[in-house]
Amino acid sequence: MVALILVAVIALLGGWLAVMFNSLVSLRNRVANAFKQIDVQLKRRYDLIPNLVSAVKGEMKFESETLERVIKARAAAVAASAGASVADISKKEGELSQALGRLIALSENYPNLKASDAVRGLMEELTSTENKIAFARQFYNDIVTAFNTSQQVFPNNLVAAALGFKPAELFEIPESAKQEREVPKVDLSV
Amino acid sequence: MNIYEQQASNKRQTAALMLLFFAFFLFLGLGFDVFVLGMPVPGTRVEAAGPVVDDGYAGNYYGRYAGLRGYQRGYYAPVRGRTNFPWGTMAGVIAAAVIMIASLVQGPEMVLSSAMARRADPADPKERQLLNVVTEMSIAAGVPMPQVYVVPDADPNAFATGFSPDKSFIAFTRGSLDALNREELQGVAAHEMSHIRNYDIRLVTMISALCGAIVLLSDFAKRSMRGGIIPSSGSSRGKGKGGGAMMFVFAIWLVLLLLAPVISRLMAVAVSRRREYLADASGAELTRNPLALARALEKIRGASAPTAALNHDGVAHMCIADPRGSYFDDKEGLAADLLSTHPPLEKRILALKMMAYQPTNA
Repeated sequence: MVALILVAVIALLGGWLAVMFNSLVSLRNRVANAFKQIDVQLKRRYDLIPNLVSAVKGEMKFESETLERVIKARAAAVAASAGASVADISKKEGELSQALGRLIALSENYPNLKASDAVRGLMEELTSTENKIAFARQFYNDIVTAFNTSQQVFPNNLVAAALGFKPAELFEIPESAKQEREVPKVDLSV
Repeated sequence: MNIYEQQASNKRQTAALMLLFFAFFLFLGLGFDVFVLGMPVPGTRVEAAGPVVDDGYAGNYYGRYAGLRGYQRGYYAPVRGRTNFPWGTMAGVIAAAVIMIASLVQGPEMVLSSAMARRADPADPKERQLLNVVTEMSIAAGVPMPQVYVVPDADPNAFATGFSPDKSFIAFTRGSLDALNREELQGVAAHEMSHIRNYDIRLVTMISALCGAIVLLSDFAKRSMRGGIIPSSGSSRGKGKGGGAMMFVFAIWLVLLLLAPVISRLMAVAVSRRREYLADASGAELTRNPLALARALEKIRGASAPTAALNHDGVAHMCIADPRGSYFDDKEGLAADLLSTHPPLEKRILALKMMAYQPTNA
């Protein structure tokens, strides 16, 4: 009788362990997949930037500082993407987003640019890519939160670490990048 | 209700609907067998009839029934047909299966072609933008990219259709591309994407296909009554207890057949109204920008002309705003609640604006 109860308890525990392990594995894979989605969009942005810069360079020659910053930020982001640290990538990408946002906002001041179909097309692609990055990040963070929560709730927290699960990192815009967020000045004087 | 509960509930409702539809056709087929072909009612214990004289009317239900009840022994109602094969029931079952499979496989394509929709063209700047916006929303919702269509109509409107998020379609009128700016377009795309992600599209596709089938069937029944295929009140057998019960069932069968279009219409309406609020809310959750959708709805309301290309029953309840420019849509009250496929735009805009409002002390 006692043996029977013991067997039942062990079977129950084993079943729970298997279910929990499987759900954590599937979440971990979804985290990895969601990160890939961000990555795809980041690569797309790297490819778009040189085109955009060369298209607007002639018209925006008085904004060379802004253009310079975009190019530098892109180089830094490409370098960071080779590494694996989510925090580092998200910091560099955040800076690139700031620089690009400023470029897009400034380009609104140039009627010739706004009238050019090629530039308008590039701007649309860039805006869309920025949005895709933002939404992919939103989706990634939601899944990471779900993954981390399911590791931290009781009783999963007792064994999750022993099974080799680590909390995943959120893709955040770091504080420093937020402070750099500049509102373009609007000159209303005639 | 979270997204997974919503998905589960929609899948359940679709399955229940299919079952109901199947049962309805089975019932109709049985009714046809019993009343038109004169077959015995299943479950009646024909063998126990005992002293029924088998004089060639063996297949005749009325004779057996009379014998079973000891009612007017030896009397036989006029024979309308003599067959032991349940043609009606079989036809009902097969028709139900064919209609359901066809509506699942062909439904979305039929809806799109009835709206004269064509694939969005990436070379056109506005349609390129639409493709981008839909891609953004599919990333935000974490579902595969739907196929994007454009309906050549100047009135702003949009709808989504399909069987599952893996194979779905999203269609915008050309008017909505011209009238809405990028953010507003995004709000509408997010609304449609929530319909896709919630499996609303599956339920709605099913409903519209089944409604169509029921309407067709009811029309057929009305016409055949005039043609005299279905018997009118049986004067020769309306007297006894058994005959009364049969008449009662027959009456229910007839009423059901005639009311079916009305019932199915009301069902479609009730289902799609609740869904619009939910899709508005979860769409705003995707863009985190409820005001953009509110502005888009205001523009759609401003263009009050009916959307000609989408103005028929098959598509109407899929659209983001009622393409009929319905009289009831901005009205309150019971009649409007029953007859309009969409909640008042006024109410939806207000709900979205409430979402955007955030207390300053938070």
